[in-house]
Amino acid sequence: MATILPVSSILLITGFGLVLIGLCGILIHRHLLRIIIGFTLFGTGLHIVIVATGYVTGGTAPIIDRALGPAEAGRAIDPIPSALVVTAIVIGFAVTAIMLAYAVRLHSARKTFDIGAFTESKW
Amino acid sequence: MIHRVGALFAVTLFALIFIRLAGGYTERSALRPLAEHYVLQAPLELGVSNIVTGILIAYRGFDTLGEVAVLFMVAASVGLLLRKDEADLGEAKAPQRRPASEIVMTGSRVLLPVILTFGAYVIVNGHLSAGGGFQGGAIVASGVMLLLLADPAARLNAAALSMIESLAGMLYVGMGILGLILAGGFLDPRFLPLGEAGTLISAGAIPLVSALLGIKVGAELSVIINRFRS
Repeated sequence: MATILPVSSILLITGFGLVLIGLCGILIHRHLLRIIIGFTLFGTGLHIVIVATGYVTGGTAPIIDRALGPAEAGRAIDPIPSALVVTAIVIGFAVTAIMLAYAVRLHSARKTFDIGAFTESKW
Repeated sequence: MIHRVGALFAVTLFALIFIRLAGGYTERSALRPLAEHYVLQAPLELGVSNIVTGILIAYRGFDTLGEVAVLFMVAASVGLLLRKDEADLGEAKAPQRRPASEIVMTGSRVLLPVILTFGAYVIVNGHLSAGGGFQGGAIVASGVMLLLLADPAARLNAAALSMIESLAGMLYVGMGILGLILAGGFLDPRFLPLGEAGTLISAGAIPLVSALLGIKVGAELSVIINRFRS
């Protein structure tokens, strides 16, 4: 199958697109939960970008098995970005959990998710 | 209005940077030297087939330990943030919910063992094929999520989960110290025999560490999900 763009470029554009959508969500919306969704979109886009930079033309998954013998291991993609992204996904989950916990806390204090209602706590 | 224009301006600037980055990127045609070393040496040095797992648990094991510590702190701080105040407990009695329908109950009962088995498979398969402790732990926690969604009245034994999680964490550090004493350094998994690459019992202590990670992550995420239930 002939593609106009190389695979990594498609992934880069998708990832950066998701980052921009997330950034839009963070900056434009006033609802706390939508802002948190924006942050997770931002993070997911960056994960896709990091994985895309590890792609090697014609490479395959870095798993030594019948499809990829030990002798031809040079055909594998770069495993380091994948390993970093596994870490990043877990940390992203942790950050989202903390953000949601704060949102729940703020909601129980003010009974609203509108970020405009939280103005006095700048000190 | 001005707020919106400012936001769109910032997004446009980011878009310009990203277009330059994506446009100037050329796909690699060969591995970086470090990656090449990992890909060629990991099967020989560690006996792992899945090189990503080898990097996560052996070469960057210390990072993984730090990450598990971050997860632990998050579970603790979410508990602190969402703790029920004594006053709340009295007045905010849980509203009477309709019990879940037959379809939901039966469906969750059928699916839950399958999900948990699949999670266990992904955890123990980490050194052979795609999978590993974090991924399998997340699958196990998704099963717990399904259980809590299907039956909001279900009680998780949070104390037992915390105990399992702490025990797995301590054993993980213990493995690291064993590696320090018996093999090349902290978290070196080669203190057990490497065995034959590609079989279930191989790759030194990597399957054990992977299983501990899976148990710890699964228990931790379940505790976090449980905390969010009001």
